[in-house]
Amino acid sequence: MPATGFLPRSAFDRLIGALVQAGYRCVGPQVRDGTIIYDTLQATRDLPYAIRDQQQPGSYRLEDSDAARCFAWANGPQALKPLLFRPHEVLWQAQRHANGSLRFLPATADAERVAVIGARACDLAALRLHDQHFLESTVVDPGYQARRAGLFLVAVHCTHPADTCFCASTGDGPRATQGFDLALSEQDDGFLVEAGSEAGERIAARLPLESASAAKSQAADAEIDAAARRQTRRLPSRDLRDALFARLEHPRWQAVAERCLACGNCTSVCPTCFCHREQDEPALNGNTSSHTRDWDSCFTQGHSYIHGLTVRADTRTRYRQWLTHKLGGWHDQYGRSGCVGCGRCISWCPVGIDLTEEVAALLGEAAHG
Amino acid sequence: MADPYVPLEAEVVERVQESPGIFTLRLRLTDPQAHAAYRFLPGQFNMLSLYGVGEVPISIVSDPEDEQMIDHTVRAIGRVTRGLARLQAGDRLGIRGPYGRGWPLAEAQGRDIAIITGGLGCAPTVAAINYVFRRRARYGRLTLIQGVKHSDDLLWRQRYQAWAQAPDTQVLIAADRAGPAWPWHVGGVTELFAQARIEAGRTLAMLCGPEGLMLAGARHLLGRGVAAEAIWLSMERSMHCALGHCGHCQLGPLFVCKDGPVFRYADIGQYLDVRGL
Repeated sequence: MPATGFLPRSAFDRLIGALVQAGYRCVGPQVRDGTIIYDTLQATRDLPYAIRDQQQPGSYRLEDSDAARCFAWANGPQALKPLLFRPHEVLWQAQRHANGSLRFLPATADAERVAVIGARACDLAALRLHDQHFLESTVVDPGYQARRAGLFLVAVHCTHPADTCFCASTGDGPRATQGFDLALSEQDDGFLVEAGSEAGERIAARLPLESASAAKSQAADAEIDAAARRQTRRLPSRDLRDALFARLEHPRWQAVAERCLACGNCTSVCPTCFCHREQDEPALNGNTSSHTRDWDSCFTQGHSYIHGLTVRADTRTRYRQWLTHKLGGWHDQYGRSGCVGCGRCISWCPVGIDLTEEVAALLGEAAHG
Repeated sequence: MADPYVPLEAEVVERVQESPGIFTLRLRLTDPQAHAAYRFLPGQFNMLSLYGVGEVPISIVSDPEDEQMIDHTVRAIGRVTRGLARLQAGDRLGIRGPYGRGWPLAEAQGRDIAIITGGLGCAPTVAAINYVFRRRARYGRLTLIQGVKHSDDLLWRQRYQAWAQAPDTQVLIAADRAGPAWPWHVGGVTELFAQARIEAGRTLAMLCGPEGLMLAGARHLLGRGVAAEAIWLSMERSMHCALGHCGHCQLGPLFVCKDGPVFRYADIGQYLDVRGL
């Protein structure tokens, strides 16, 4: 899509103003506790200016950089997942009356309008997968639907991939191509702005946009193309379904299980992992009980617990479940791989397990290019 | 649209102790309109919700044409089912459903039916057996094979005895260990497979129980020439939502809650062989 215009850096706060005026709470990336997380954004000065992330298997570090930019970094642990698929959510409440009768009350959907500034291409691809899962499969998830309906997305094309990124090989980045209302290409002096929806056009119309020169557009495109070329990690194919399901008894599953702590970090930071458990939390008054949903992980013992036995009793079968679902089962379920190449599971794994390396070993190939 | 996660209130109309650890709850939705509108197919299941404790998936054993009651036969084995075991007539609980794909009773019309079950695996097939007996002329021969660990574990003994007397029906039951006056086989249920009078080309099979038993049953049927497409298995996995959202029930690429729980062997046989999948 051609650029709508150029927003000078000096006018960047006008974007937040326009979104707030349109009724959105703005959320944007900010440095917190040594990483970059999404939180309410009051002003663009709170964005991670001149900050660079150094990511390696099992390592995430922020450093100062000399880039005069707010988005010269790849990603933090969160993606968009917690904004829509809440880590903890009440699904319904039960009331028990004195005569023993029960009343079940649905949770009131929180219909807040939220605008996210800084969504990455990989995160938009993951959001598309969660839309399929929570909105377009058999039943609609009401809470997700309400939050999704109020979401406005300002994407930023990725120009600074981390060493752990491999979105180019999954086809999900570094350029944001779908699912955004506005997309930004950051330059030192400002932002090329393109609209991806009518809502985005309405916000763009309120910004003091200058015309975008062809030279600026070309320079921005060149940066994104270079970002794709800089990625060294890759998956050997976008469809590994048959290859993985043909290797369910491969010795590599045991080899990776000997390193894996089964902590579930990978599933927490994965922007597409959707597993959650439901449980009841009765109040001490004895009359009300909340039925809640919390993120779950296929690495826990409880995940496959069934009337007295655990189907996946060891780490070997749990890692196998995670990888064969992520790269295999998703094709049957939602028509593509469940991996968007963000690399978070690699960086946030405390022992540095790299799924691209595991796949290469399973397939008997070299991991890097 | 109603929130798909929220249960309806049901009342326990009757509680039947079937065996020391197994009981049946006969339920009625307290909203008469909801109860009248409730429909299910044999092989489907409900989520039962015990106040303050949790939800569990339980198959429906009553007859789909019984408009009085929705029956669930439950083994008291986990945190929720041990709590459900304490419910008495008049107590309330939550229920939502029915969920999943049931037995292929339309596809089975005009064919012989072989049902192989083990332990409480017989429960999800009882509704199908009743369904067939109500429409006996539409189906061919019926073969029922059920295995239990101990003869005292056999549920619905009188029903099995009555079915054994019915025309065009063969009943084969085995107990690994048996008490006195046990009229059936003592030993493994797989030892009875060879006695089943099965005509491979006419037979549709329904299997439910421990996966090892289902695998053995399916292999025996395949060996006798029954097509993998005509062998159906009811699978069990952890389930929290029953809506295809929570991810617990995955078996390979399948969601047992919505793609099953009843599957063709042709579609899942490859996953049954793999431990811990």
